[in-house]
Amino acid sequence: MGAAGENYINCAKGLKSWLITLDHKRIAILYVISVLTFFFVGGIAALGIRLELFSPGPDVMNADTYNQFMTFHGAIMVFMVIIPGIPAIFGNFFLPIMIGAKDVAFPRLNLLSWYLLMFGAIVSISSLLFNGVDTGWTFYTPYSIKGSAGVINMTLGAFIMGMSSVLTGLNFIVTIHKLRCPGMTMKNIPLFVWALYSTAIIQVLATPVLGITLLLLVAERVMGIGIFDPALGGDPVLYQHFFWFYSHPAVYIMILPAMGVISELITTYSKKTIFGYTAIAYSSLAIAAVSFFVWGHHMFVSGQSEVAGIVFSFLTMLVGVPTAIKTFNWVATMYKGSVTLKSSMLFAMGFIFVFTIGGVTGIMLATAGMDVHFHDTYFVVAHFHYVMVGGTLFALMGAIYHWYPKMYGYMYNELLAKLSFVFIFIGFNVTFFPQFILGANGMPRRYFDYIPEYTELNRISTMGSWLIAIGFVIGLVTIIQGFIRKEKAPANPWGSKTLEWTIQSPPTHHNFESTPSVSGGPYEYR
Amino acid sequence: MLWSSFAQASTFMPPQATKVAESVDNLYIFLLVISLIASVLVIAAMIYFVFKYRRKTDNDKTAYITHNVTAEFLWSFIPLVLFMVCFAWGWKVYHEIRTAPEDSYEIYVRGYKWGWDFEYSNGLVSPAELYVPVGKPVKLLMTSSDVIHSFFIPSFRIKQDVVPGRYSSLWFEVEKPGVYQVFCTEYCGTSHSGMLAKVHAVSEEEFDAFLSGKALEALSPVELGAKLYKTRNCNTCHSIDGSKIIGPTFMNSFGMQREFTDGSTAVVDENYLRESILNAQKKIVKGYPPSMPPYQGVLSDEDVKALIAYIKSLKE
Ligand code: HEC
Ligand SMILES: [Cu+2]
Repeated sequence: MGAAGENYINCAKGLKSWLITLDHKRIAILYVISVLTFFFVGGIAALGIRLELFSPGPDVMNADTYNQFMTFHGAIMVFMVIIPGIPAIFGNFFLPIMIGAKDVAFPRLNLLSWYLLMFGAIVSISSLLFNGVDTGWTFYTPYSIKGSAGVINMTLGAFIMGMSSVLTGLNFIVTIHKLRCPGMTMKNIPLFVWALYSTAIIQVLATPVLGITLLLLVAERVMGIGIFDPALGGDPVLYQHFFWFYSHPAVYIMILPAMGVISELITTYSKKTIFGYTAIAYSSLAIAAVSFFVWGHHMFVSGQSEVAGIVFSFLTMLVGVPTAIKTFNWVATMYKGSVTLKSSMLFAMGFIFVFTIGGVTGIMLATAGMDVHFHDTYFVVAHFHYVMVGGTLFALMGAIYHWYPKMYGYMYNELLAKLSFVFIFIGFNVTFFPQFILGANGMPRRYFDYIPEYTELNRISTMGSWLIAIGFVIGLVTIIQGFIRKEKAPANPWGSKTLEWTIQSPPTHHNFESTPSVSGGPYEYR
Repeated sequence: MLWSSFAQASTFMPPQATKVAESVDNLYIFLLVISLIASVLVIAAMIYFVFKYRRKTDNDKTAYITHNVTAEFLWSFIPLVLFMVCFAWGWKVYHEIRTAPEDSYEIYVRGYKWGWDFEYSNGLVSPAELYVPVGKPVKLLMTSSDVIHSFFIPSFRIKQDVVPGRYSSLWFEVEKPGVYQVFCTEYCGTSHSGMLAKVHAVSEEEFDAFLSGKALEALSPVELGAKLYKTRNCNTCHSIDGSKIIGPTFMNSFGMQREFTDGSTAVVDENYLRESILNAQKKIVKGYPPSMPPYQGVLSDEDVKALIAYIKSLKE
């Protein structure tokens, strides 16, 4: 095949070779650049929010600006960072390699997904040209129908990004079914692939509902068709049903890939076969299936009937079981292993720590009688940050470090990477743990101002956000320093068993010299 | 009793003021305890394994354990049972929260951007101050005149969305006299966090006195204006110390020259104030956002007069 030293990065040159590439690995790199940029913007908004909440009353901005920051932070982090994050970057790069394929099933569609994401992002951000959007990322009616016209751009943008998500999901499903190498049965695919598979099912089935909902919203605004606005004979609560019918499964779009990453990290750094492969694989599917029937737990106090509230509470409890199973399996995998605390493993353990807290507080919120008090308070804010930031972002950081040698062909400074973990982990808990207490005390979310009793805990939380920021800056320095230092990475620095570690770092354009074949499971550490 | 005083001392919940709050707190303690035990077990096991099975050499051999039916059954079944207990207990409490006693005393509530009006059966309307009798079940019938709001009283552990175009309801029976904070918990725009109110739980006699309107009568226009400034949440956008919040400060504003976004100008006099309060969107002061809600139909003539008197009195 190619000349010695040739790989997917240097096999073609020039900006154009990147912008029209059909190589899944190069497309993954495009996603790296865009997602990190969005993360930076969303992060600045987060710091702004926390800074404003340092004291009661206006500190650095007025209420309207605050509400726009809050909306931008939410919308960017959800639609442009966490949803595309792990699947689009690591799924694109590693899913084909992990199943022994040369590329995804539809490479052109894959590139189109990236362009759709970028286009959607630009349309969303263009809402700034109007006087900003201040609805929160949930766009609840009738507020969103009456407020700033920027809502149209923002929701159309989310609609377009949703299409990107659907196409990626479709691509992954077909790839997993059709392109596995000889011997790669569904029982032999790595758990990260199983997680992506379950995610893809949700993406394909749930995202269209969001699309339709957002289009109805735009139709109502532009043409005055009464769907959600009671002034026009519509029903504002209907919107909430539609919205959460997508957005609850969407939280599993955010967390399932992260869980997949954790399965990979724990086995690799414990040098041990995964405990309960089948249970983990099927629990992903179970979560995906049940996640479609729990949306009403966002609406215990919306005015839905008591019976509906009870049913949704019950179904939500059921999602807890497969989630608990996964956590126990990860911990059990470490039992009698050979554990090394590389930075990725630290992030994996950090994940289990925060995710456990996120999980048990999730059960508290699923308990109907309890949720009435916690709903729309900082308790909920803390809970979903523990799951989504603590969960997904920790897994994302772990994944970045774990696959860095493979993707870029260099090693990074392990000490710096660990330092970034220390800051992010401590900062995260300092920022968000006090928010549980604030919420229990009654502080509502999306508050620009608060009563003086809440000052102290808000201060602590804001200071924590600075620690997180420092942690991410150190992380960025680690990544950049790795590029500058140019210490060549071996093919398999961590002693991992999945297929991507059998090929050179970085991989060649075609991934494999010749089609591989496998004869056993992905975690044969014996 | 001991149970509930323990609940208050160490669980970060606001003071309990109703029976329902006590039920919620008992459930909360249960959830907290099992959550704590579960989290500690998982995290401790993880940390223990890290130390116990630390990598010694690069060629360490590890046990090849693919699964264990008993363990897996137990850690699926035990959580399931615990979750079902949470569910059933949560159901019981939820039912309690949602079922108002037949003989509840009814009060109408109207949420609007950004305040609350409470209307009693005799027609008395009280903005931002909800007076209720202690020891009697009260049912709020709530609706909104613009967007969705949510009525939340932390000390009672209850909340309910307030939706335009329909009535939703919320009930409580206060056990201890006192003043309790109300928040709006459904995001509703600029002054969402200023959309506050207070529940005053008072004795039967005080409540009757309130209903016959005695509590309000004795105020002079300036005093009433000062009160409305707070209860109508003007204070979330207008300061009285010269600083700029969202709208212009009221301090020294009377008699000033104003320039508007359409280029015209006016002097702040009684008529200008009246128009600004009732329909702020007509003239927008340069340098400010058009975010003030109209108060036409919300404030009575009496109220407007009082507010004008109050604004005029703010001079230094
Ligand atoms: C959401 C914020 C907000 C609230 C609440 C609010 N205002 Fe305003 N108000 C403004 C803004 C912004 C302006 C300036 C723009 C304009 O002229 O509409 C303003 C202008 C005014 C003016 C003209 C001031 C001047 O000096 O030119 C008066 C008088 C006024 N408001 C009175 C009130 C009163 C009385 C209340 C309470 C009943 C109130 N406002 C509640 C935002 C608010
Ligand atoms: Cu509100």
